[in-house]
Amino acid sequence: MTKPLVFGALTLLLVAPSGCRKQSGGSGAVGEEVTLNASGATFQQAFQEVAIEAFTKKHPNIRINYGAGGSGKGRQDFADLVVDFACTDAPYKAADLASLRGGEMYYVPNVLGAITVTYNLKGVDKLQLSPEVLARIFQREITRWDDPAIAADNPGVPLPATGIVVARRSDGSGTTENFTRYLQLAAPGAWKLNAGATVEWPADTQAGNGNSGVAQIVKSTPGAIGYVDLSDAKASGLRYAAIKNAAGNYVEPTLEATSAAGEGIAVQDDLIFSALNSSAPNAYPITAQSWCMLYAKQPGTAKGAAVKAYFEFMVTDGQALLEEVDFAPIPKSLQDKALAQIQNVQVP
Amino acid sequence: MPDELPGGVLRGPQAHADRAFRGIAIGAAALVLLILGMIALVMADRARPVLAEMGLDFFTSKRWSPPHEKFGALPFLFGTLYTAAIALAISVPVSLGVALFVTQVAPRWLKKPMIYLLDLLAVVPSVVFGLWGVLVLSQHFGLGRSFLTAGIILGIMITPIITSLAREVMETTPAAEKEAALALGATRWEMIRAAVLPHSKGGLVGAVMLGLGRAMGETIAAALVIGSALGQITLDPFAPGNSMPAVIANEWGEADHMHRSALIALAVALFLLTIVVNLIATAIVQRSMARSRGKS
Repeated sequence: MTKPLVFGALTLLLVAPSGCRKQSGGSGAVGEEVTLNASGATFQQAFQEVAIEAFTKKHPNIRINYGAGGSGKGRQDFADLVVDFACTDAPYKAADLASLRGGEMYYVPNVLGAITVTYNLKGVDKLQLSPEVLARIFQREITRWDDPAIAADNPGVPLPATGIVVARRSDGSGTTENFTRYLQLAAPGAWKLNAGATVEWPADTQAGNGNSGVAQIVKSTPGAIGYVDLSDAKASGLRYAAIKNAAGNYVEPTLEATSAAGEGIAVQDDLIFSALNSSAPNAYPITAQSWCMLYAKQPGTAKGAAVKAYFEFMVTDGQALLEEVDFAPIPKSLQDKALAQIQNVQVP
Repeated sequence: MPDELPGGVLRGPQAHADRAFRGIAIGAAALVLLILGMIALVMADRARPVLAEMGLDFFTSKRWSPPHEKFGALPFLFGTLYTAAIALAISVPVSLGVALFVTQVAPRWLKKPMIYLLDLLAVVPSVVFGLWGVLVLSQHFGLGRSFLTAGIILGIMITPIITSLAREVMETTPAAEKEAALALGATRWEMIRAAVLPHSKGGLVGAVMLGLGRAMGETIAAALVIGSALGQITLDPFAPGNSMPAVIANEWGEADHMHRSALIALAVALFLLTIVVNLIATAIVQRSMARSRGKS
């Protein structure tokens, strides 16, 4: 008679915990514990980390988890309502907006960041490149550093007779998407690979994983050139080129030049814009933008309020944190528009 | 003593336990089939858009260009098979050699620690192999990121599994057969050829096929060292390439629409490829077992 008893006890053990769990949870007062889950762009991960730290210090009842799995994953997770908000380097395509399960949504621009063209060339401290030359280098049409086309961009600079090694991303990446989109915009005749998170790089290019992987290849390979975001380029102590912008000036990727790219850009009503190939005279032309996205009608009270508060923080006080992670703030006019957009969000 | 009905069914208190156990066992078995079926179903469904768009071109075209919505998986299919072949070429002689050494040659005091070390190697996470590959093979030895680098890493990764299985199989050689061979004046090598190898042939093929399956499916280590070149079909082992799991791992995060569907279709193709390899392995094992049984 003991065995059925044992089985009964086992069944109870297995069932009991799941029965009890229902009692916790529930909704209630302001100030209760809230956990927000988010995913998306790796490009602005460093900013998210410092912003979340500063924000949750002020609001100890809120926890935010940002999973940097890529812009595409962020858009997918956001559309499927898997996360409370998401961040992306590129907006949805028009056809996809219908697939968003949470209905109407807002884009909130929050960072501008420079994508540097880093290089490893002994004796060349300053390098200037025009978009056409850049396009031909990354398509392996220019394969030596002493090519006349590079020399034409760098009068008086002795260029070594070294082969060029092109480093690019092995993983699909918003950085690649923005870099190739820039080449498409600025060198429409020369760039033939189209723009995207993964493009058909020539086979004799070197692939590295993440910004740090590309930086690593450039650093360890004499004659290498690659595109890396500013903070990783700085962290690896790499040199980066001045790029000829739309106004015809060679500009280095400084925070001021990145900020300048945000001035005088055309912003749509839904706050979609492109800072790439900015027409401002002192702008760094390969400046990428990133957005976070939230639904116009928040499903939960406590979560909705927390999401709203965090988004407000990101476009106001949070902007001051950008510099320490080598990003530039969005222009004041855009901050105001973003804030107005966030006020429109409805919380039940 | 409980009453026993015809067919071995028990009545009385023990019948409950019996029935419960039977239920759990059947449930577990059904769950496996259910999960496998659901995986196949969902994957096939998600892969449909790209297959409808590309048709058979998906398997025969060389061009993979997400911005142009062109998805040809042939280079990745090739890369998967090519790196797995390199891995086997490196791993099989080493694994069988080690297994023979441990079972037939090694002195007793060495045997235990060697088995322990081999099993330890089998549990090293693949990302560790991958990073080691990047740091040592690609950078220090200057192999770069290539088919060969990936093949070597995969070869090292599957060696412990093949060794471990091969060792188990060789251990089962009846002592009588080995002693008979030795008694007839065979040297140790002749004894291995006459007794150990014929006895364990089926199991060894199975072990190798299991290693092959793992080499084809390995994701992270391959993604780190294979070079991620698109559209590369070449037998030059020093060229950068790509394999199916590596492409999926690398491109998933930024993929949407057709691109996402194409990556899932790659997974389906990989699924089918491993099933085919497994079926072939099973067939080889069964045939060789039938033959050796027929012989004796």
